[in-house]
Amino acid sequence: MTFQFTVSPDFTPDHLSGWYIFNTWLQKAVDLHIHLHIYDDFHQQRDAIQNDKVDLIYANPFDAAMLVREKGFRALARPAGKADEALVCVGESSPVQKVEDLQPGTRLATTDDPDVHLMGMIMLEPANLGKENITMVPCDTYVLVAKELIKGTSDVGIFLQEAYHDLSSIIRRQLRVLVSGQIQLVHHCLMVGPNLHPHRDKLLQALLTMGDDPKGPGVLEALKFPHWEAVDEEEMEFMIDLMDTLNT
Amino acid sequence: MVIHALQDMLPSDVAGAYREYNLTYFDGAQRKVLVVDEEVPYPEGRLIVSRTDPQGIITHANQSFVDMSGFTMDELIGAPHYILRHPDMPPVAFKGLWDTLARGETWQGYVKNLRRDGRYYWVKATAIPNVRNGQVVGYTSVRRKPSRQKIAECEKLYPTLF
Ligand SMILES: Cc1cc2nc3c(=O)[nH]c(=O)nc-3n(C[C@H](O)[C@H](O)[C@H](O)COP(=O)(O)O)c2cc1C
Repeated sequence: MTFQFTVSPDFTPDHLSGWYIFNTWLQKAVDLHIHLHIYDDFHQQRDAIQNDKVDLIYANPFDAAMLVREKGFRALARPAGKADEALVCVGESSPVQKVEDLQPGTRLATTDDPDVHLMGMIMLEPANLGKENITMVPCDTYVLVAKELIKGTSDVGIFLQEAYHDLSSIIRRQLRVLVSGQIQLVHHCLMVGPNLHPHRDKLLQALLTMGDDPKGPGVLEALKFPHWEAVDEEEMEFMIDLMDTLNT
Repeated sequence: MVIHALQDMLPSDVAGAYREYNLTYFDGAQRKVLVVDEEVPYPEGRLIVSRTDPQGIITHANQSFVDMSGFTMDELIGAPHYILRHPDMPPVAFKGLWDTLARGETWQGYVKNLRRDGRYYWVKATAIPNVRNGQVVGYTSVRRKPSRQKIAECEKLYPTLF
């Protein structure tokens, strides 16, 4: 049997090769056939999940509730020291000095990265802004969010902090950060679907001892984090509860 | 977890002029609190998170909770959540919170909280029941920065609800 693996389609393209390298390593480490398919967007990925075409997923926290409660997924591990944090930014020459200066009708450049969008929207609430009085400017990538702000066709933008720091310094110099989130509790998580439950312990063991494997450290370097950390059921439930409160 | 009774506040705990109140909590416990009419602004970009057991005893708190309330982590864990009750908050607000949670629903509202030093901070709070295997094992509350307009509305409304 070949198991289906997918990765949340919300990272910058230079992270892509890391996941293919990881999948090659993982198949050898646990002696299973695993096929990696990365969907173009969240919509396609969610369709695949609904149609039971996913057995292993590096999931966006926003989707964790659906994966656990509707699809019987269980948490495995998360990247150490890598929480998802949002950042709200304006163009360098914008008259807006603080979030509270933003007015109803503000044009917001944002991606379809669901947890980052949600955390960014919460950072706009102190200005009494919500989806009812904002004009959304959907962008495919964070570079396009930056361009919107630099061109002045959007007033404010939401970034994943990591993606913001990955922007070139020339672009960053033309932007100004209003708020940098420090939530520390929201993170992506590798999760296994029902078909892989019998192999959960073996998978977890392989992930947690990755640093001791001859090839493991190189793979982790390609993934750009130091090691995996186990996530138990209660931690996962807590994150789901947290996402529920943010979604309200 | 050791459940601790709350101590009366002392003039040495607070900075500046204060109002004095004797609060009686839902469980019959009493405490003297000293209130300083000075707001501490909610920090940007943070969430204040706590969890309680089904009786409202704090079981978890994050660093932002510690920073904003002025209590140490040791003082918070095991304390009843009314440790933050401000005498300017109308009891009906908390009745709404508990009634909503008892129905298994999500509660959202604006709360003026009392700090350890007698000052206060406003939050927009969301609380939900934590359901595990069909049982409510506790509650989680997450607070975010409220808008000044909403705070102004509550400052007008809440005194009329006593
Ligand atoms: C998850 C949760 C979070 C709460 N957070 C607060 C809070 O931040 N401030 C507060 O005054 N009461 C909070 N309460 C309500 C208190 O338990 C308590 O009902 C309230 O302070 C009023 O005190 P009383 O019930 O003794 O009258 C919270 C309750 C729960 C279950």
